[in-house]
Amino acid sequence: MSGTFVGMPAFPEASSSAVSDAQLRHNLRKATHTIRAKRAAVVGEQPDWAALREAGAAVKDRTLRHLDVYLERLEAAVVAAGGQVHWAGDAEEANRIVVDLVKATGETEVVKVKSMATQEIDLNAALASAGIRAYETDLAELIVQLGDDWPSHILVPAIHRNRSEIREIFLKHMASWGRPAPADLKDDPRALAEAARLHLRERFLSARVGISGANFAVAETGTLVVLESEGNGRMCLTLPETLISVVGIEKLVPTWADLEVFMQLLPRSSTGERMNPYTSMWTGATEGQTFHLVLLDNGRTSVLSDEVGRQALRCIRCSACLNVCPVYERAGGHSYGSVYPGPIGAILTPQLRGLVGPLEESLPYASTLCGACYEVCPVAINIPEVLLDLRSKVVARGHRGERLAMGAARRVLDSPRWLSLAQRSAGRLRRWTPRRLPGPLSAWSDTRDVPVPPKQSFRDWWAER
Amino acid sequence: MSSRDQILARVRSALADVPRTEDPEDFPVPRDYERTRSGPDVVELLVDRLVDYKATVHEAPEVAAAVAEALVRHGARRIAAPSGIPAEWLGEAEAVRDDPPLRPAELDALDGVVTGCAVVIAETGTIVLDAGPDQGRRALTLVPDYHLCVVRRDQIVRTVPEALERLDPARPLTWISGPSATSDIELNRVEGVHGPRTLEVLITGEIASTG
Repeated sequence: MSGTFVGMPAFPEASSSAVSDAQLRHNLRKATHTIRAKRAAVVGEQPDWAALREAGAAVKDRTLRHLDVYLERLEAAVVAAGGQVHWAGDAEEANRIVVDLVKATGETEVVKVKSMATQEIDLNAALASAGIRAYETDLAELIVQLGDDWPSHILVPAIHRNRSEIREIFLKHMASWGRPAPADLKDDPRALAEAARLHLRERFLSARVGISGANFAVAETGTLVVLESEGNGRMCLTLPETLISVVGIEKLVPTWADLEVFMQLLPRSSTGERMNPYTSMWTGATEGQTFHLVLLDNGRTSVLSDEVGRQALRCIRCSACLNVCPVYERAGGHSYGSVYPGPIGAILTPQLRGLVGPLEESLPYASTLCGACYEVCPVAINIPEVLLDLRSKVVARGHRGERLAMGAARRVLDSPRWLSLAQRSAGRLRRWTPRRLPGPLSAWSDTRDVPVPPKQSFRDWWAER
Repeated sequence: MSSRDQILARVRSALADVPRTEDPEDFPVPRDYERTRSGPDVVELLVDRLVDYKATVHEAPEVAAAVAEALVRHGARRIAAPSGIPAEWLGEAEAVRDDPPLRPAELDALDGVVTGCAVVIAETGTIVLDAGPDQGRRALTLVPDYHLCVVRRDQIVRTVPEALERLDPARPLTWISGPSATSDIELNRVEGVHGPRTLEVLITGEIASTG
């Protein structure tokens, strides 16, 4: 991936082009509706889903409230099992640690398992500038990498591409990364998966360094857990001599037994399967490997410091909230300007980065507050609650226009005299109500009809009786 | 101050609202979900779930005969065999031992692998391997394109919580639910990517099911 998300336009501008892209909307609608139905079916056959969800939320809350204790416990367990633990305060430090670890092996190529954390820190770019080529091996990540594209979904980064677009990308770009796609490649998903298998096979068998994230890290035992489907994860986790896992500090769960909750919640919420095809669990240096764990903060401790926003750190990255979101379905993942799109991105990105620019300030508004995301969230993150809290922060920090308008409104509403004057003049001028508001206010009227004021205010009508 | 200490300090100051006297276990976790439940016979359930995820399943009273027969049916001649798999099981096929450890390219040249397993979860159709003597290290069941797994009835549990109770986290664990698959193209599941494209399961053993 050559670009980063830095300098992305605010959500309204970014989404307006997506909304007018008919192909994109078709692809997204088809994919999200497919997965929605699958999720609903497998969640429906689990009789104790509500209890699992409640337990999942509570286990994560317990972890977060005592994260320091669990981090130290995890570190001790991993070290005791022969692994090495590194701590990275931000993206730059994490990238430096990983680059140095790879350089120490003398290798110039690494194979990667799909990982949100390494996407977030833009590890591939850091490796590339150190002369190390990172090969993405997850099918969707491969499509994104070959197409020099951006991920648009947490689980399926290439969800915005349909089969014929994927075929084009394979035919055009596989050759410059390794084994070319067969010239007679069809756009049948089976044929595309087969092309990916052949393209990556040799790479897996000769890889010396693997880089991964993790879905869970068990503090009690030091066990790391990676869920996947294709077997590319197992290839990267087991065949290389050196394994480096970059893991956000919120990925911890306290005990081994806690996995019984998440191994039920995650697959059903994520791919809509009773269980994903492969899960790897390993503790420390395994089967003669050298194992490094890089624990990543990168803004997570500031999320943790917010008592309302903290719940966003419960997230297990299932992407169920994206798949049900009416805004995501129409705006697409790229509009969110971050590797975390959709409802969870709208609360995570502004908190991880802070309300530092127009994009971050606009994300809390990228929602209709319909609440579908909260309903499907397997760890019960109340996304609408956090969105509203973030909106109030945006306003309090001084969204200038909104502050001026609110100040004026307060003055008028505070005084009966001002209010009746304002209402009378609005009534008299109703014939001249514009369809579009002028200046910066046009942003509001672009998508709404400006209401025509009534002829007479209620107060005047009452006074006449 | 090291990054480690800085991060831990930031975590502690972020949690200023948590009472200092609160122990992690003081924070309640309701566990009202089911550890097990009643339902159809676990073997029946397992077969249904395995078939649903495109694995081949046979019930086999005679292990050795069934393994040999499956290998012939599949045309598999050279087979990776962990130390705990008796050569007699493989019939005419050649048992290739992982001693000294086979290189990935050597594994790739084999026709398949035969293993046992540690635990099997009926509800999700999941086979869990723990690298025991009849399973070998993780690469054995990953690189060859055909995996034949022998499951004893007493290894089958109904639910995920029951499975975790039986597993040892100190061992490398691989959970397998059907052949390798992907949902990355238009979110439709397609079987057969990097892991074994064929998963065949033999359910055997006279020991009555525990479900």
